[in-house]
Amino acid sequence: MKYLDEYRDAATARKLATAIAHATTRPWTIMEVCGGQTHAIVRFGIDTLLPPEITLLHGPGCPVCVTPLEVLDQAVAIASRPDVIFCSFGDMLRVPGSEHDLFQVKSNGGDVRIVYSPIDALQIARENPRKEVVFLAVGFETTAPANAMAVHRAKEEGIPNFSVLVSHVLVPPAMEAILSSRKNRVQGFLAAGHVCTVMGYTEYEPLARKYRVPIVVTGFEPLDILQGVHMCVLQLEEGRAEVENQYARSVRREGNVPARALLSEVFTVVPRKWRGIGEIPESGLGLAPAYAAFDAARRFRVEDHTAQENPECISGLVLQGVRKPQECPAFGTKCTPLHPLGATMVSAEGACAAYYKYRRHEVMATPRSASAEGSGG
Amino acid sequence: MIDEFALQCPIPLDDNPTVQMGHGGGGRMTRELIERVFVPVFANEALAPLHDGAILPPARGRLAFTTDTFVVRPLFFRGGDVGTLAVNGTVNDLAMCGARPLYLSAGFILEEGLPIKDLWRVVLSMGAAAKAAGVRVVTGDTKVVDRGHGDGIYINTAGVGVIETDLTIGPGSIRPGDAIVLNGDIGRHGIAVMAEREGLQFESEISSDCAPLAGPVQDLLRAGVEVHCLRDLTRGGLTSALVELGESAALPFRIREDAVPVRDEVRGACEILGLEPFSVANEGRFVAFVPSGQVELARATLGGEGAVIGSVEPRGTDPPFVRVETPLGTTRILDLPSGEQLPRIC
Amino acid sequence: MCLAIPGRVESIDPSDTNLRMARVRFGGIVKQVSLAYTPEAQVGDYVIVHVGFAISRLDEKEAQQVFEYARQIGELEQLRDPSSAGSAPVG
Repeated sequence: MKYLDEYRDAATARKLATAIAHATTRPWTIMEVCGGQTHAIVRFGIDTLLPPEITLLHGPGCPVCVTPLEVLDQAVAIASRPDVIFCSFGDMLRVPGSEHDLFQVKSNGGDVRIVYSPIDALQIARENPRKEVVFLAVGFETTAPANAMAVHRAKEEGIPNFSVLVSHVLVPPAMEAILSSRKNRVQGFLAAGHVCTVMGYTEYEPLARKYRVPIVVTGFEPLDILQGVHMCVLQLEEGRAEVENQYARSVRREGNVPARALLSEVFTVVPRKWRGIGEIPESGLGLAPAYAAFDAARRFRVEDHTAQENPECISGLVLQGVRKPQECPAFGTKCTPLHPLGATMVSAEGACAAYYKYRRHEVMATPRSASAEGSGG
Repeated sequence: MIDEFALQCPIPLDDNPTVQMGHGGGGRMTRELIERVFVPVFANEALAPLHDGAILPPARGRLAFTTDTFVVRPLFFRGGDVGTLAVNGTVNDLAMCGARPLYLSAGFILEEGLPIKDLWRVVLSMGAAAKAAGVRVVTGDTKVVDRGHGDGIYINTAGVGVIETDLTIGPGSIRPGDAIVLNGDIGRHGIAVMAEREGLQFESEISSDCAPLAGPVQDLLRAGVEVHCLRDLTRGGLTSALVELGESAALPFRIREDAVPVRDEVRGACEILGLEPFSVANEGRFVAFVPSGQVELARATLGGEGAVIGSVEPRGTDPPFVRVETPLGTTRILDLPSGEQLPRIC
Repeated sequence: MCLAIPGRVESIDPSDTNLRMARVRFGGIVKQVSLAYTPEAQVGDYVIVHVGFAISRLDEKEAQQVFEYARQIGELEQLRDPSSAGSAPVG
């Protein structure tokens, strides 16, 4: 596939890996924020190509993982209603709520449908005028334009039976929360290439300056990630702290202008709870007042749900990069993809699930007291 | 298909266009359904008496016996339907034992309200698949469940076949050094089915690869290949087949990702939906474990589509993992997908 | 997050002024995609697609920079250490 396969070329990857090894003179800890990058790193074994001095941490780059428990419970409550067709991306179906997940609601007879795009959900609303169609609008800034368009079209066309349960999260506030935390070990970031495709990267410039960290906007294929790491290492070695753009084939500094315009019309910045981390101010998107009629939480009166997390799950610490999955006592024993305790094990992008799937053999071979540092992975 | 139905409609549409509870009651309606839908399609001597059981001639050789139940949704997809699956699935399980499939039973659970013409279409598919595979459906059963308690049609087929080779074909016969051969590209069935489901529509030229495998297996045996083990790839795809065999045989495998054929259409669909081709379902694919010295013979026998995808490693101190060499030259471990693979945005 | 894949714009629906729906090819399959956010994308262009929307038009010149970068550091490595292993021949 063009513009995909070329970025998986083994020879070029080796060249970049060698260059990273030669450039690295001391230990560096780099965080990649995006679940898609986590997936690629683990699936292609990219961290095994890096020198042992480089520690790659997996950040909270999984909007599925960070969707608060309350939202899952609201989704389950709405989806269980007989008058509702509940539409969602596939990832969300197995994320555990307090008692059930959406998959269980589906098995119990709820009309829960997986869609590829929010536009598909809107079409379902047009085709089922006597049902309420609700779409679970989660995601980072990357997904927000699609969700915005669906709501915008619903308003323009006057589709009364469509609403969205919104739980969007924004990356820069999460990065700032990590950088400003006492426990922070992150020295450089690979910023999420598709988030920046939409938003541009001007928001990262103040972060790089304030916290003196290099931030490299990076793509998702092996060569992208290797080049991003190389660029980040060079900055670290040279004492620079700038925002650079590795993913220039998709990302421009100003991002996608029409998308940002519709986002500011349909959404407004709100405080948002991140599962496992807690509330981060101004870190989420909610519907703007002009679109409040399409808010499913209001329409179905489920705004007041509260919820309790499983105490054994340390996904918050994993999401912040403070712990690695294999350091959790429950990893691979009580907590597995089949019986997840928290979202990082359910979502295919969650750090715990990715580790379990691709690297479990190493984890099982080493004693559980493995330190947080150590070779790349 | 619909034209053919109009000509041969067994039960006049205006009388009983849909399945009723009475069709499962064992009375006149059941008899009518059997005689006008099932018997004409499956017609054979063993079935004809419509007795409690079929009486079959003795076989020369060890017998293989298997059963499976088919609950696919949607019922009809490009390249097949639940009926094609029900026949080929069981035929293929027999083929994986090294057996020549002979007879099938077919048990139907029909949902009240199912259009008879859908049932007819499925049964015709079964008839065609049975003929292509060289098997006969010799006995069966029909039950009807209340509307809302089934996905239209569930089919159970059990099958019996005769093993005409002295080889013991199974995971216990896998040896270190064996070559792992695959009979074609993977992932077509899963993508074809997904393409039909609401919300995941795309223009797709992908048809299910649902096909009987007895032929290629018999070809291998006749060519003199000392087949150690066979496994067809179904749900869970190549991943499940290899991981389960590795555990049964307690031996590690090494696979080269680049050597596994995947068509562009399957690749494209997997990339946009975030699926792993290795874990997508198939219905007409199998892996064969053969001695390394016979790998060229095996590949040549399978024809153009056959591919050597890896080998069996010596037993080591590690647990018997399936290691995949990625296009980058790094290694990852294959693990079973937990449950149905779902499209993702992350 | 953000599974987005490059695809080639095959045809654009001229009558759709709201969503600017197009047929986009990904390897062997074609999917309906909205080009509402990439008004500059034309038939033959590649776009990056996430959940049914093109979020950027792929810059084909920039697409080469990864390889150019790798080539340059490969040359630097050769200068630094002519015997360096691990660098495959350029190509």
